[in-house]
Amino acid sequence: MTILVDQNTRVLCQGMTGWAGTYHTYRMIQYGTNVVAGVTPGKGGKPHLDVPVFNTVKEAVAETKANASCIFVPPANAAAAMIEAIEAELPLVVVVTERVPVLDMMRVREVLKGSKTKLVGPNSQGVLAPEICQIGVMATDRSKKGGIGVASRSASLTSEIVAQLTAHGLGQSTTVGIGGDAVHGIGFVDCLELFFADPETKGVVLIGEIGGNEEESAADYLKKAGLKKPVVALVAGKYAPPARRMGHAGTLTMHASGNAEAKMTTLKEAGVVIASSAHLVGETMSELLAKRAA
Amino acid sequence: MDLHEFKAKRLLSGYGIASPEGRVAVTADEAAGAAKELGGAVYVKAQIHAGDRAKAGGVKKAESPAEARKIADELLGKKLVTPQTGPAGHAVKRVLIESAVRAQKEIYLSMMVDALDASIVVLGGKGGSGIEDRAAHGKGLESLHLGLNGERKAGDIAGFCKRLGFTGAEAEKLAATVKNMHRAFIELDASLIEINPLVFNEKGEMVALDAKIVLDDNALFRHPDLAGLREEDEVDAIELKAQQHQINFMQMDGNIGIVVNGAGLGLATLDMVRAAGGEPANFMDIRTTARSLDIAQGIGLVLDNPKVKVILVNVYGGGMQPCDTIIEGLGIAFRRKGRILPLVLRVTGNNEDIARVRIESFGLPKTQSTDMWQAATRAVAIAQGRA
Repeated sequence: MTILVDQNTRVLCQGMTGWAGTYHTYRMIQYGTNVVAGVTPGKGGKPHLDVPVFNTVKEAVAETKANASCIFVPPANAAAAMIEAIEAELPLVVVVTERVPVLDMMRVREVLKGSKTKLVGPNSQGVLAPEICQIGVMATDRSKKGGIGVASRSASLTSEIVAQLTAHGLGQSTTVGIGGDAVHGIGFVDCLELFFADPETKGVVLIGEIGGNEEESAADYLKKAGLKKPVVALVAGKYAPPARRMGHAGTLTMHASGNAEAKMTTLKEAGVVIASSAHLVGETMSELLAKRAA
Repeated sequence: MDLHEFKAKRLLSGYGIASPEGRVAVTADEAAGAAKELGGAVYVKAQIHAGDRAKAGGVKKAESPAEARKIADELLGKKLVTPQTGPAGHAVKRVLIESAVRAQKEIYLSMMVDALDASIVVLGGKGGSGIEDRAAHGKGLESLHLGLNGERKAGDIAGFCKRLGFTGAEAEKLAATVKNMHRAFIELDASLIEINPLVFNEKGEMVALDAKIVLDDNALFRHPDLAGLREEDEVDAIELKAQQHQINFMQMDGNIGIVVNGAGLGLATLDMVRAAGGEPANFMDIRTTARSLDIAQGIGLVLDNPKVKVILVNVYGGGMQPCDTIIEGLGIAFRRKGRILPLVLRVTGNNEDIARVRIESFGLPKTQSTDMWQAATRAVAIAQGRA
């Protein structure tokens, strides 16, 4: 099985008629994703890529029973597009748009609270269930259907690690890009919960990096809920150049999260196996599963 | 985008947060003139994008215009090294001359986005210099979470002021400042506002003696007026140029030029180069929105660095940005700069075959690898003269 998407996922694309929307919607359709509608205000009624286009998400859902959205809307209007999709009660909204203002994301998070939507992103490469459904812009050529769940904060690094997993004979149940922005939708914890609940996912890979609190939250969750399946993590950025600082050091230390070492330590304490380098993630998972089987 | 103290104070004054009267000076004569105009004792404050200035001698009191001239002369054109600037320090191009205020109580107050619960967190405590050390140990700071519209519960701000030890009229003034700061935060699309110290002056009015504002770069499109506040001479010109071409770039000290798409892969590449014993010359993250001409500009920045001995290209071509787009940019950059450097390439993903054909036409010494660790170790060997 997969998480978030499956063979019954019916996708609508917000911002489908722009150049990025057009290009990626075409790729998604080629991949086999069931794209049932596009939404661009003012362009309703004119099909695009042989897909019907609507003025609003609500209309599109009513007409096509879409149950997921992929958002390509530019930053200035991305938050409004997310809110429209959440208010239309779409169960899954994937946001590819980069550079959304952080206060706009706070507004989205307020609307998200208590809603029926799982928001992925913004600044996400998307969600991929190999050979079943692609929502987003990721490379798909080296992905393969299988039993590893992947949750990550970084797009191109995910493609690399998916390729490694496939090379080690490990297909993927679903890959989820939670996005690179500070304020975002679902995180590592949500992904772990979903992967643990999915009987076909045999192991989980977390691709983290410095900054933010995703890795710390994941470790806290695993310490409380228990490590139900093998988890391998990579934390990139051990040797990152120090960011230019302006605020008082203390404030930033208190609220910025730990460095790569601290993140690795807390994940290790939760039972996660740390891949020592980005090129060793596939190998680390493969060895871990072999050890478990033995 | 980081704003200098004097610009931050000017913006805050528009939200009812007062500062001592001040003037900006770029020469020692101007500093003396400003001190004379203001009258009485003044502070001469170096305007650089880093905290902890006082410890480094970047903030000094002058009792007379002559003394202000002397201090300004010492500061202007010098590099100030504070615990936050790094060893290279920051050049002082402007000083702020400000009337000295007899401060009664010093308060530290800051606001920033709390990504975890998508709120705005306010931190407060006893202010003044030394806050860095105390806060680093998690001591002496009270916090308050605000929503986009202000208090989550009526009385939250009053409670916060009380916890900071203020009552009566002082608590009311502090509460008003917190509300004004929150309004500024929202309307300016800030990601950090910090006032340290915030004081009561002789008349019992609240005055911000130092202020910093960081604006959300992603929101500048709706603030054309604020975008104009950027100090182009102060922001590292190289990083700014890269930003304009959809590339995140940071100069580092090593000799291995790094060309990577994606922040995570960029960080992972630095880690691998260091693990292999090498020293990266830069961090690079080509964003998916960069086109080949943007990429050529970004790679041009790497080629401009005379320390660079080898270029390591680690690219995973995704949907938006296939491999050949990046290789095209690489070719343009090399042709423009006319520099010959060995290339180590690990190029995979969408259109990798087209990219390989293109690389052949560059006429540069190159090694191609399908494995990024092999590529990293090879680049390190070349940089160290072992290959």
